[in-house]
Amino acid sequence: MPSAPQTASAPAQHGLAEHSHGGWATRPVQSRAERFASSHREDFPRVTGLEPEWRLTPVRELGALLDGALDGGRYDVEAESGLASVTWIPRDDARIGSAGLAEDRAAANAWESVEGALLLSVPEGAETELVVRRAAFGPEPRAAHTVVEARAGSRSTIVLESTGAAQLAENVEILVREGAQLTLVSVQEWDEDARHLASHFARLERDAVLRHIVVSLGGRIVRVNPSAELAGEGSDVEMLGVYFSLDGQHLEHRTYVHHAAAHTRSRVTYKGALQGAGARSVWVGDVLIGPDASGTDSYEQNRNLVLTEGARADSVPNLEIETGDIVGAGHASATGRFDDEQLFYLQSRGIREPDARRLVVLGFLGEIVQRIGRPELERHLHARIARALGDPEAQAPAAGEAS
Amino acid sequence: MSELQIRDLRVSIATDQGTKDILKGVDLTVRSGETHAIMGPNGSGKSTLAYTIAGHPRYTVEGGSITLDGEDVLAMSVDARARAGIFLAMQYPVEIPGVTVTNFLRTAKTAIDGAAPSIRGWRKTVAESMAALRMDASFAERNVNEGFSGGEKKRHEIVQLELLKPKFAVLDETDSGLDVDALKIVSEGVNRVKADTGLGILLITHYTRILRYIRPDFVHVFVDGHVAEEGGPELADRLEDEGYDRYVSGTASVG
Ligand SMILES: Nc1ncnc2c1ncn2[C@@H]1O[C@H](COP(=O)(O)OP(=O)(O)O)[C@@H](O)[C@H]1O
Ligand SMILES: [Mg+2]
Repeated sequence: MPSAPQTASAPAQHGLAEHSHGGWATRPVQSRAERFASSHREDFPRVTGLEPEWRLTPVRELGALLDGALDGGRYDVEAESGLASVTWIPRDDARIGSAGLAEDRAAANAWESVEGALLLSVPEGAETELVVRRAAFGPEPRAAHTVVEARAGSRSTIVLESTGAAQLAENVEILVREGAQLTLVSVQEWDEDARHLASHFARLERDAVLRHIVVSLGGRIVRVNPSAELAGEGSDVEMLGVYFSLDGQHLEHRTYVHHAAAHTRSRVTYKGALQGAGARSVWVGDVLIGPDASGTDSYEQNRNLVLTEGARADSVPNLEIETGDIVGAGHASATGRFDDEQLFYLQSRGIREPDARRLVVLGFLGEIVQRIGRPELERHLHARIARALGDPEAQAPAAGEAS
Repeated sequence: MSELQIRDLRVSIATDQGTKDILKGVDLTVRSGETHAIMGPNGSGKSTLAYTIAGHPRYTVEGGSITLDGEDVLAMSVDARARAGIFLAMQYPVEIPGVTVTNFLRTAKTAIDGAAPSIRGWRKTVAESMAALRMDASFAERNVNEGFSGGEKKRHEIVQLELLKPKFAVLDETDSGLDVDALKIVSEGVNRVKADTGLGILLITHYTRILRYIRPDFVHVFVDGHVAEEGGPELADRLEDEGYDRYVSGTASVG
């Protein structure tokens, strides 16, 4: 594991061959911190698909979200809330823009298109859960902005479930105030032809803890870019992600952790499976350990299981270290094909081939799913993955019955 | 009473240098309740025989037959062979990340029996079998073979043997890599299963050591892909003294 100050990028294996991070292709990159940000679409040039942040994305199918007019009005949400409030706030609310700013053209397009934002707010010191269901975006291009605020000392779990038709560009700001502990789960179970570009900006104050979990299953193109700025000393982020890409799906996640303050910790673990020759996934994981982030402890990993010849998983960890005084910083990236020896072993115990395959894939992805901590949602996701793997016994609950 | 019959079995594998013949006409008959030791030097084809019986896709059957009570085993898929009653304890058991031992054992038992075992009785049965093989209860929640030591993997194989109750078990070098204590525990396990179910055993080994704990009824000396000599347990004693030199001198394929 590299632990000396350096800037490095390991473009990982694509496709079938086994890879575990080796072959460092060291190249100077622009520091992640210097990336341009703006709330205006036209401050960003038109996207050609050659840009590093877009080159692995099917941008030709995203014209409406990158360049077109977006409907930024209110949409229907269904919420099961305890102590947390769910309200609409106007554009000029001070919280908007306080966790981050759009770093790409689609995010900026969404930013300037919205009339206001949906605020999910957990009161100071409260312990509560909140489920927000979004199922009514419809097929027309839309923009959305959400602000999640976990006030000081609160402990909460917030689940954001997205289903139905969508062509959506959105920004989600996540404010984790001093000492707050927030688990935010974002579940993408869109309809087959949906397109979704999301940027999440989390900002953690002193001693704040965020568990950020992304589950991407449904949708033609889903790109979720979660970032977390560890702004307060002692703050801690865990980013978990799980995705299952089927033929014709492109599921992309670009994670970014910025250790800005001292004694901060981050763990990023994304796991994905791909099935079908046209299945695609992308994971790019940036970690920046800034000059003031002494005592940082950071580790990121991405693992992919390729079930079908022709499916392609891109996996690129990037680590930038600007201080010498860290506890640890490491990464791992591996893309492996389905292991025939595992299949043989299970079959030699009487387990039929399709069941054996399911067992291996569910085991692989289940390591993330079981960490969500909401049994009903976990069961729902488990059944959904099992169904995608052709399990005739996994029943199909209607959309929105997840929790 | 069941019978596993192997006739004139010839098997090759594809290598980078082309097709390589490994089994060159193997004849063997194992009946319920019998223990057959297959002994031979490294590279003589013992694992090839074991994997071919279990149906590993790497091995190509060039000729001959394997039947179980007259049924054509070679025509069956790997899982169908297991459900027909054939079990292979592997020389190198495979690690399966993310799949717990508990889940694996229940899934296998359900597949073999055609119905899920009753939950409470099954848990007790598993716990007893693991205890008998000195596997700590915590192994139940660990991933299959992941991070197990060599000896723990072998004991886990015998737990499976005990739980799945096959008609025939092929034990491929179950003794290798075990210290004396572990060897005794594993051997006791095999003997217990035999006493309970009366299965037939094909005990593949390089050393005679395990035969002190599991007494064979028949010994077959395996050299260069075929059975070079057969006899009773006394043949094992002679091998203990003389080694395999007598059989392999002059052949180039000593492993
Ligand atoms: N995958 C393989 N590729 C090349 N040669 C192999 C392979 N598997 C087995 N062999 C060769 O086949 C012969 C028999 O191997 P094996 O059945 O493993 O013997 P044993 O179990 O008696 O040690 C050996 O010469 C071995 O090198
Ligand atoms: Mg062998």
